[in-house]
Amino acid sequence: MARLIFTQQLARFTTLPQVETGAAQLRAGLDSAFAINPTLRGYVLDEQGHLRANVAIFIDGRRCTDHTRLDDPLLPGSMVYIMQALSGG
Amino acid sequence: MSDRAYLSTRKGLFELSRSGERWELGASHFLGEPVSFTLADPRDGALYAALNLGHFGVKLHRKDAGSEVWTEIAAPAYPPKPEDSADKVEWTNKLIWAMAAGGPDQPGLLWAGTLPGGLFRSRDRGASWELLRSLWDVPQRAEWFGGGYDVPGIHSICVDPRDSRRVLVAVSCGGVWRTEDGGDSWTVSSSGMRADYMPPELNENEAVQDPHRVARCDGSPDALWCQHHNGMWRSANGGKRWDEIKGAPLSSFGFAVAAHPSDPDTAWFAPAEADQRRIPVGAALAVTRTKDGGKSFTALRAGLPQEHCYDLVYRHGLAVADDGRTLLMASTSGGVWLSGNAGDSWQTVSTTMPPVYAACFASAK
Repeated sequence: MARLIFTQQLARFTTLPQVETGAAQLRAGLDSAFAINPTLRGYVLDEQGHLRANVAIFIDGRRCTDHTRLDDPLLPGSMVYIMQALSGG
Repeated sequence: MSDRAYLSTRKGLFELSRSGERWELGASHFLGEPVSFTLADPRDGALYAALNLGHFGVKLHRKDAGSEVWTEIAAPAYPPKPEDSADKVEWTNKLIWAMAAGGPDQPGLLWAGTLPGGLFRSRDRGASWELLRSLWDVPQRAEWFGGGYDVPGIHSICVDPRDSRRVLVAVSCGGVWRTEDGGDSWTVSSSGMRADYMPPELNENEAVQDPHRVARCDGSPDALWCQHHNGMWRSANGGKRWDEIKGAPLSSFGFAVAAHPSDPDTAWFAPAEADQRRIPVGAALAVTRTKDGGKSFTALRAGLPQEHCYDLVYRHGLAVADDGRTLLMASTSGGVWLSGNAGDSWQTVSTTMPPVYAACFASAK
């Protein structure tokens, strides 16, 4: 199971679920978190479903560079960190 | 008499309250977060705060009258952009730039103007929003462009107190638009304005005008004032035709204008030196006031900094209360001033606030 860890910077706005997912790709993994807390979606993705410009996601230490498809593979045991990018101020 | 006001700033929402003849800073909300606009709904006393979180997007919160609790509600969101769309603009909400309450006959109806140029309406106090495709899909939107931002935006929303179906909005840079039928159809309404920043053949194109701010006289709603990128304008017929105001003292450049709530001939402006030098003229802060429909002006300075002042009053930084005498002015350098006598003299509330995006009074109604 891949594990999703959201930055605590988000905790001041909404509840952060503890997520372990069997999803094979990033978007499906994120969807499993949004299913628990739908409000979280709008903080991570924009209304077109794209990763917000100033949110950074790392999978097993590698930063995701595609903000649109979000089809990066997840492996059993993957650690997915959803962080705020410093570009956002 | 209004006894409360709000400052939307880069680092939170701040309350101001009247204490006798003085005004004082009070409670803060969303401290540290950018608050782009605050709406105090005169119909039910609710307060709406629009946030623009640097990382996590545009959010909207509501605090009901008598409550101390903010609740996050839906933020206006654009529909999916068609894959074959030729629109160069991203269909994502970059900023809530303005909000307005519908008429007294429209309880719960709200308007929101956004970057990149979408006008939204809620019929349920912000629980849900719809993009007004009737305006978003006008062919002239392809001519709109950003003014101060990369993309166009709606910053002024004027609901006609006589008929809530009549709404006028202003776009930087896309001109003034009005609807007579509650938003079903829109007509560009910038006739008379002039855009010197465009090639000569496009100077009078109504859909490329940059009205920095439009304000309506509620008691005489056909009277509208506009601080434009290229000068100052007034309309006496609800925006059908705009007449340039010439000969104003100090400068005709600026962002803010406030319309007297009942006198159609009185308005206040906050002039800056010029487009290329956005500071008070002579580094001395002044407000200009006309009482005769723009034929003549008085420069008002008493109590305002007159040396080494570089404060810019942005488009929502000048507000007038329902009494027509209490004025609030706030700057992008964090200066806040109040006047209880229509601008004749000013009280300094603070010179150290965060950059102020918008100032407003709670209605006394």
